[in-house]
Amino acid sequence: MALDPSFIGRSYPPTEPYQVSREKIREFAIAVRDPNPAYLDPEAAKALGYSDVIAPPTFPVVISMPAADQVIEDPELGLDFSRVVHGDQKFSYARPLRAGDRVRAVLTIDNIKSLAGNDVLTVTAELLEDSGEYLAKATMTLVARAAAADETKGE
Amino acid sequence: MAISFDEVEVGTELPAQSFPVDRAALVRYAGASGDFNPIHWNEKFALEVGLPDVIAHGMFTMAEAIRVVTDWTGDPGAVVEYGVRFSRPVVVPNDGVGAVIEVSGKVAKLLEDRRVQVDLVATSGGQKVLGMSRAVVQLG
Repeated sequence: MALDPSFIGRSYPPTEPYQVSREKIREFAIAVRDPNPAYLDPEAAKALGYSDVIAPPTFPVVISMPAADQVIEDPELGLDFSRVVHGDQKFSYARPLRAGDRVRAVLTIDNIKSLAGNDVLTVTAELLEDSGEYLAKATMTLVARAAAADETKGE
Repeated sequence: MAISFDEVEVGTELPAQSFPVDRAALVRYAGASGDFNPIHWNEKFALEVGLPDVIAHGMFTMAEAIRVVTDWTGDPGAVVEYGVRFSRPVVVPNDGVGAVIEVSGKVAKLLEDRRVQVDLVATSGGQKVLGMSRAVVQLG
């Protein structure tokens, strides 16, 4: 069943602040097997002009995906979350996230389409420092597959 | 040793890299990212939902692919935009070997303010796993 297009443009309240830590950045960098010293060593990050270690480019997903649960689990929207896959992902950055940031996400539904029976949602999470500084934007397409859809597509 | 905008032109190739991925890598990524979807670690579950086997998190593949850019620039903060489409899953068998993600990239466009667009190609098992994979990078 197609989703209600009147949800296009809906924004959700800012999430509680996520505290970015050196340890979490290190854990994430090790998990993606990236030993770039800017992620691991505050002195190396300072040599590049940052005040502390910075996060890898895909790190904001740690904040943006849980924020997107607001949409996925919104009972009014009625998405079947067991059928949701990640179709695409984009980030744009005012600056990299860094240790010490307290980050809130503001989620907006940009678009809802129905394609071949699949519900396709485009959702944007704007990431803001608790001080109000704009940090980054994460835009994702979430595909709720129709029951008979090809199960091998997507993430 | 930052790359200068003046050193690159359309078609400049970035050093290609291969990234191995096995089940242990997926379990570790699940923990670090908070994405515990069982299709990324539970073979029985993956088969039940019609997948050929456990598949890598799309975001893991995305994280590997951008290393071709961040290793090239040295400064990961030089990436100002990055986007991908998850076109095919990276299938990760539990055979002690796993899969390999092969990534190449080249400068596709010169932009204003000493920025360039880098287009990435990521394949696994000979098949393209990311589509529309591109980054905008601020060079010195």
